[in-house]
Amino acid sequence: MRITCPLCGSRDSREFSIKGHEIALSRPAPDAGTAAWHAYLHLRENPAGMTAELWYHGAGCGAWLRVVRNTVTHEVLKIELVRDVTGAAHAD
Amino acid sequence: MASLIARFPAHGFLPVRHGDVILSEEIPEAITALMPYRGQSRALSAAMKAAHGVAFPGPNRSTQKLPAQAVWTGMDQAFLIGVPADATLSTHAALVDQGDAWAVLTLDGAGVEDVLARLTPLDLRMSVFKHSHAARSLLGHMNAVFIRDGTRRFTIMVFRSMAKTACRELEEAMRGVAARQAR
Repeated sequence: MRITCPLCGSRDSREFSIKGHEIALSRPAPDAGTAAWHAYLHLRENPAGMTAELWYHGAGCGAWLRVVRNTVTHEVLKIELVRDVTGAAHAD
Repeated sequence: MASLIARFPAHGFLPVRHGDVILSEEIPEAITALMPYRGQSRALSAAMKAAHGVAFPGPNRSTQKLPAQAVWTGMDQAFLIGVPADATLSTHAALVDQGDAWAVLTLDGAGVEDVLARLTPLDLRMSVFKHSHAARSLLGHMNAVFIRDGTRRFTIMVFRSMAKTACRELEEAMRGVAARQAR
């Protein structure tokens, strides 16, 4: 499997580690209640098909990536920097 | 107080030669990580040009005006190698002295891509990875920086603590390539 890092280009998957579903980008508010926090911490879909995940390019540029891929065909459809998704501050 | 003896990262292991390829160590005068503050990339690049003659490199690139070299080493990060960073850069970026943190190895000779192909998933062919291109990737299981210095010459940087392993693994690959060339 190869992942095209927006900074580094097409790279072998051994340079990356997967965190899992992109749910970590939508953390509930501290007072959101136990149901929301329970879902955030413990409940996960197990999709056969499209899913959006977080991957870390630890052996490359050190960026967190949001990767949209198909778990059935292994097709990678979209890759973007997490900071572009969340609007986080950066140097450029 | 005991008298301490300064040792280079690959002290005692290098240089070595197998076939046409030579692995040796370089000792840069300084290595400084430059991490531009929010919105300061361009200002940092201008300050670098004024002080050292090199611009802040884009992803997978390096810039050079001897003795200074700037190498892209990650998202919003570059290393200034060869000269101590000018104080004016600290207005625009966080500077971290990394001079003792890295082993800087050079691999030189015909077939150098074949040696590295045994250890890294990077595509280092001349048509893809050209002069002054730089990349972060793996050397075996070690995080490393790769820079192409010439048609048959690469600089490879690994964490200092891994210098011995890097030398051993590179030498093993050099032996393998040399054995194939000799057939």
